[in-house]
Amino acid sequence: MFLPNSISVPFRFFLLTITFFTCGSVLLTSCKPAKPSVKVGINAELTGEMPAVGASCKQAAELFVEQVNKDGGIMVGGTKLPVELSVVDNSCKADQSAAAAQRLISQNGVLVMVGPDASSCAIPAGELAESLGCLMISPWSTNPKTTQDTQTGKPKKNVFRACFTDRFESPVLAAFATKNLHAKTAAILYDVTSEAPTSQSALFKEAFEKAGGKVVSMETYSTGDRDFSAQLTKIRESAPDIIYLPAPYNDTPLIAAQARQLGIKAPFLGSDAWSSPDIIKLDTGKNLEGSYFCNHYSTEAATPKAKQFIADYTARYGNAPDDVAALTYDAMVLASQSISSAGNLDRTAVRDSMAATRTFDGVTGHFVYPKDEREPEKSAVIMQIKDGGFHWVSTVEP
Amino acid sequence: MMDGFKKHLIQLSILLLGLVVAAVLPATGLVNDYLQFVLISVAINAILCVSLNLVNGWMGEFSVGHAGFMALGAYASAILTVKLFPTAPAELLFPSAVLIGGCTAGLAGIPVGILSFKTRGDYLAIITLAFLMIVKSGLENIPYTGGPRGLLGIPRLTTLAWAYFWCVVAFWVIRNLVYSKYGRGIAAIREDEIAAEAMGVNTRTAKLVAFVTSSFFAGVAGALFAHQLQFINPSSFDILKSTEILVMVYLGGVASLGGSLLGAGVVTILTQCLQPLGTWRMVVLPAILVVLMLYRPSGIMGYRDWAWLKPFFPLTPRSNEKKETETGEDLQ
Amino acid sequence: MKYLAQQAINALQLGSIYALIALGYSMVYGVLTMINFAHGDVFMLGAFFCLLLIALVPVPFWLALIVVMAATALLGTLIERFAYRPLRKAPRVSAIITALGCGLVIQNTTLGISPYARPMPRLLENATYQFGGITITMLQIVIIGVSLGLMLALDFLIRKTSFGMAMRAIASDRAMVSLLGIPANEIIAITFAIGAALGGAAGLLYGMAYPVVSASMGITVGWKAFVAAVIGGIGNMRGAVLGAFILGSVEVMTVAVLPSTYRDLISYSLLLLILVFKPYGLLGKPALHKA
Repeated sequence: MFLPNSISVPFRFFLLTITFFTCGSVLLTSCKPAKPSVKVGINAELTGEMPAVGASCKQAAELFVEQVNKDGGIMVGGTKLPVELSVVDNSCKADQSAAAAQRLISQNGVLVMVGPDASSCAIPAGELAESLGCLMISPWSTNPKTTQDTQTGKPKKNVFRACFTDRFESPVLAAFATKNLHAKTAAILYDVTSEAPTSQSALFKEAFEKAGGKVVSMETYSTGDRDFSAQLTKIRESAPDIIYLPAPYNDTPLIAAQARQLGIKAPFLGSDAWSSPDIIKLDTGKNLEGSYFCNHYSTEAATPKAKQFIADYTARYGNAPDDVAALTYDAMVLASQSISSAGNLDRTAVRDSMAATRTFDGVTGHFVYPKDEREPEKSAVIMQIKDGGFHWVSTVEP
Repeated sequence: MMDGFKKHLIQLSILLLGLVVAAVLPATGLVNDYLQFVLISVAINAILCVSLNLVNGWMGEFSVGHAGFMALGAYASAILTVKLFPTAPAELLFPSAVLIGGCTAGLAGIPVGILSFKTRGDYLAIITLAFLMIVKSGLENIPYTGGPRGLLGIPRLTTLAWAYFWCVVAFWVIRNLVYSKYGRGIAAIREDEIAAEAMGVNTRTAKLVAFVTSSFFAGVAGALFAHQLQFINPSSFDILKSTEILVMVYLGGVASLGGSLLGAGVVTILTQCLQPLGTWRMVVLPAILVVLMLYRPSGIMGYRDWAWLKPFFPLTPRSNEKKETETGEDLQ
Repeated sequence: MKYLAQQAINALQLGSIYALIALGYSMVYGVLTMINFAHGDVFMLGAFFCLLLIALVPVPFWLALIVVMAATALLGTLIERFAYRPLRKAPRVSAIITALGCGLVIQNTTLGISPYARPMPRLLENATYQFGGITITMLQIVIIGVSLGLMLALDFLIRKTSFGMAMRAIASDRAMVSLLGIPANEIIAITFAIGAALGGAAGLLYGMAYPVVSASMGITVGWKAFVAAVIGGIGNMRGAVLGAFILGSVEVMTVAVLPSTYRDLISYSLLLLILVFKPYGLLGKPALHKA
């Protein structure tokens, strides 16, 4: 054999097993069934910092595929083709997200990629989708950079989203803070190593100051940090009226708990990153009680279409869908509509069809896609965390 | 038995043929984009592996900071292609970017090499760890390169041909280094540094050469990596990345060129193939490594190499009919 | 002034937790000259064992602490027995790589079983005390108190008991020790157990202080504690504690003054600086024989 003679027999067996295992997996994954289907890919954060977001995304997508396939599939050029869903995990890491996008587009050959949800993952995946020419719809990424070409500043050709951007959300929150919460000063604590909180903080500061307020303290932390006492002590010194915390659902309870422990009494204001119900589960000290945040939709102020979706989702999975699930469902509907109206399985045609979409009525409300824009104009809702649940406070139209 | 010159010619032609294949393959459509992606990843990992092997395997140190050199190479080359010369033609730009990435990393290897003169063993490991974290945190604080959120919009310049080319160059250079007088000095340091000094080996030069070469190629790999993923951020180059490279080196075999290739190939391909397992994939891989360490502590091909990877010229005169001896420490 | 005092309390809390973990690293390094990279994940499991325990049968804090320490001690012994003991004669590097591998296996198995972050149940009523504008919580007092108590107990163990003497003997010269009739393997196993127990206690306390527990908490904190142990001189118990408090203070002070991204930069530059001038750490001594 081509190995040095001194390797023992059992060891060669071990090596042989690894080799067969590898070859077998490669062969298995390259064998594809021959029947035609509509391939859709999901690039989700199934592990890592926010697995609840990835799980919602995957579940909503699977629900949609189940419903559509029960009916025979999506109508493409006269025949109904079943939808084949491929789910790849991006571990909420930017480079793995790019690799996942590559896998979905090149290996699985998907027509449309739905996801990623976290902006830090959506941006690199968007770059890849753009260079490979595949339509991508991000359900939840609110960062403006996701659909923007970094070199030219113009919108990308292939990347769309199903939600509003921070450019809409931050002024909404700032207005709520000044008008409803009567806040004159604000402090911000955000994750400087992550795209979404950083841009949200910058935009919030701009909007808040334009509305007449003053940001007295802007503190940072890094992803994975647990101890915020140093930053919170500084915030305490600046005595703000409210504290803006655009942190994801697993960091926010910690920050709130430590803030209350230090004696900070100011109310908290959050971004749509708070929207997972896990945030209440993780908030064992009830420190977030009474806090407000901005969300994409509310189960309480639901349209009939939304109510149907909520009922189906709850029946299938046992818990109510959060905004990620609702937005993913809308993204899937948008994708399937684009494929149907394209009439064939060509990526460019599907993309053009998506770009031609002007209005859409989804679970999360009424979407208006202006010409040449990749993000919809839609309404936002302000929610409050009260009595262990999310409660709708108000809706803000674009 | 063919003489060395003819053997070299044959080897060179096979390598050139490989380059032609690598250049032409993407265009034929036989290999889809994803498989190309995997092959390029294997090449990049092989370069990382063999360069780390130079310090960890042949020199017997324990460097954990390899990802830091990779980061420097990635960022240096990305700055060139994204910020400084975005419109230059790719054929000229890419090789220069990769070279500059390599040189930046190589320059960074000098202080680490100098630090290694006095410290050895675990303390050098910790110094390399500190170096890695300093590079990573340092990059997080430079707004010009995007800070902690990274650099976007890197053009996709890494093709199969370039990856293959740099991989072959890395293996060729390191093979020649290892079987040269410097290489023997490096191996002597591994065995017994004090004795080596006593026997006249200039340990300082040897250490510097090893560290600089190792970090140069790590920088090259980093540059290729940046132009494959089109996006880099400092957290791609943390201790986890260093750990991945260590796993590949120790799985494949320390102080072995074939081992580096084998380790890189097995780990990269297994990582992709075991995707359906999700998180459990990262249980299976380290478990294989642990089992391997228990039975074969130097890795699958530790201290050994295939004959075709060794230089053809015999380094000491020997009779033409002498068979290959198989002692573990045979460096010739 | 009171701002500084507040930050000092934060530093004390962080330092105490780092100290408990760093002690585990130093103990193992002392007897085996091996860096146990799986220690950070044992720390993480301390918090998870506590979650498991409370989910099965709600117990008061002190009982949870004892049970968790016992469980992690057992885990530490098992890892030593099956992963490290076979490699005693092998090159040290293989043992380190095995430790890395074990750590990865533990971390990813926990991640596979529990991919979601979980809330830590309240074990203590968290009263807050204010004096002179400085806030200190019951939790902080407990953490600092328990850590100091365990550290003092360990110090007593090492310096005043015969077991501690045996440990120091093994650290000096392992081969000789067996010749003198001391059961080296057993002592080493118990050393691992104690180190792991301390790590588990740190995990429990950390989980109480930052009640969102996830499988990846072992990596960051584990590496920081390792750096702390090295700053103080790895292998030296008092050095580990010293290093931990230094690192905790540096981290808190850096974040208090600069953006958080500078924290790691300053911590590791400090480490490098210390190592350049004192290559064996602040309180460490060079190995007496060729490693």
